[in-house]
Amino acid sequence: MLDVQNIRKTFNPGTVNEKTALDGVSLTLNDGDFVTVIGGNGAGKSTLLNAVAGVWPVDSGSISIGGTNVTKLPEHKRAKFIGRVFQDPMMGTAATMQIEENMALAARRGRARTLRPGITRDERDHYREMLKILDLGLEDRLTSKVGLLSGGQRQALTLLMAALRKPDLLLLDEHTAALDPKTAAKVLEATERIVQKDHLTTLMITHNMRDAIVHGNRLIMMYEGKIALDISGEDKKRLTVEDLLARFGQATGSDEADDKLLLS
Amino acid sequence: MTGFLSALPGAASQGLIWGVMAIGVYITYKILDIADLTVDGSFCTGGAVFVMLFSSGVNVWLAMLAALLAGMLAGLVTGLLHTVCGIPAILAGILTQLGLYSVNMAIMDMKASVALSITQQETLGRLLVSLRFVKGALDGSYPIWRHPIIVVGLFTAVLIAILYWYFGTELGASLRATGSNPNMARAQGIDTDRAKVLGLILSNGLVSLSGALLCQYNGANDINVGRGAIVIGLAAVIIGEVLFSKVFINFALKLLAVSIGAIIYYIVITAVLQLGGLNANYLKLLSALVVAIFLTIPYWKGKYFSKPVKPTKKEENTHA
Ligand SMILES: Nc1ncnc2c1ncn2[C@@H]1O[C@H](COP(=O)(O)OP(=O)(O)OP(=O)(O)O)[C@@H](O)[C@H]1O
Ligand SMILES: [Mg+2]
Repeated sequence: MLDVQNIRKTFNPGTVNEKTALDGVSLTLNDGDFVTVIGGNGAGKSTLLNAVAGVWPVDSGSISIGGTNVTKLPEHKRAKFIGRVFQDPMMGTAATMQIEENMALAARRGRARTLRPGITRDERDHYREMLKILDLGLEDRLTSKVGLLSGGQRQALTLLMAALRKPDLLLLDEHTAALDPKTAAKVLEATERIVQKDHLTTLMITHNMRDAIVHGNRLIMMYEGKIALDISGEDKKRLTVEDLLARFGQATGSDEADDKLLLS
Repeated sequence: MTGFLSALPGAASQGLIWGVMAIGVYITYKILDIADLTVDGSFCTGGAVFVMLFSSGVNVWLAMLAALLAGMLAGLVTGLLHTVCGIPAILAGILTQLGLYSVNMAIMDMKASVALSITQQETLGRLLVSLRFVKGALDGSYPIWRHPIIVVGLFTAVLIAILYWYFGTELGASLRATGSNPNMARAQGIDTDRAKVLGLILSNGLVSLSGALLCQYNGANDINVGRGAIVIGLAAVIIGEVLFSKVFINFALKLLAVSIGAIIYYIVITAVLQLGGLNANYLKLLSALVVAIFLTIPYWKGKYFSKPVKPTKKEENTHA
């Protein structure tokens, strides 16, 4: 479903701030793969997701989604294939617009915007039903401005919106990191449900090793702009946090074993 | 005082005309979150195109349509400078505005001011609005419905209806999303560059149309007529917001608030000039002060007197 071939990205080339954030990353995801991504701060996880989403062009390499080469497509054109949830709860929704308007925008992802109504009555009923699944009481607040919602509510809504039109690929960038533990668990649970229901091909970045192990059928760990570990199948099912740290040390030859990673 | 009272209908008429421009400013400043300075130039463009075409015998509506299109073209230029050439929006607007000075002069045959021959009754009768109708409609020399307040009022009502519909469509919603959160908009497949260009086109079209109306009202177009228009537009937007934001939740009412804001602005200015006996040359300073103060109030309120935010009660059926 996703085929990333040897992509590179260097920020601020030729300056003192030069930083190679992606150093030849290749990754192939099969249909329905749910891949968790871990790695220390600055390892290049967000950069990988942004490269796939087309936030900026990569320096070299190629990216295709569902057989379509999207390497040269701008962000808004790739949106046709991709649903996204960001780390910052403010990023994924339009605060000054209503809940139902946000959902209507998401329902039209990847389609030409015309002079047809921005939202119809049938849609409203449909959205109300969908919001009930979240169990956050949002179904009674369809016309509330999204800016009035809590971070967790916004994040759950963004998740729902990302999956409203079944995406070929779902990209989640630490989408529970800004939430309190209880809300984070709730959003993560909703994520699992939505991904399972539609068999969504998913890349989910997390700082929580346990989450990375529990969720998904495959786990990759990034280190200095490369994929340092790639664990799937039975191997992944048996994985423990201690295992993971040991294997990370072996793979990178570093025993920094990331205290931050361990703690979070 | 009687001087002020008798000046009221005229002030309200002018306010309504500038209100059309202010609605254009609302689209860029409030909906798209862009401060577009093109308007100081495109306002005059509307008047220039109108005065030349109308004087050469073109139908009043066709001349206004041409003014609208010319303004839209100016907006397109700013939009392309911003999105294709990557020039910051403010600077892009300033560049277009500067260039438009020459363009406007060229349209007006290199004359700084061109008059409509309104001394001829027949010509005057073909105009949509005129200063002369303000009195004429009241003393019976023209039918009452030709009063500028009625004509421009209707014009504004139709305009608001069209914009209300437009911003409720998929396309209009994509403009609002672009202004509200461009990251989100792109993630939902909206071409934010295109949306910004569309908004600038729409906005400057209205600004230019307003220029064409004012040209008719004054019976002439002057090369400096649009100078400071952006400030008047902002003043109207802000006055409308400060006074009505609690009651006018619906998008159409928000646009109405902008128009009323422009009327209030003009009445206040007229009052200051008539009652205070202020030299008209201080008008620009006064306008700048008014806008500066109204922009400061919400900022200081948030900074020094922040209260816990109460969720608003009525949220139904709004666009923006
Ligand atoms: N737009 C940008 N401009 C310049 N440098 C950037 C940009 N985005 C990322 N970087 C740099 O690239 C490197 C990788 O960043 P990235 O955001 O991908 O890390 P990450 O793995 O997501 O880390 P974190 O866990 O902290 O989110 C970092 O050194 C970062 O400073
Ligand atoms: Mg990151």
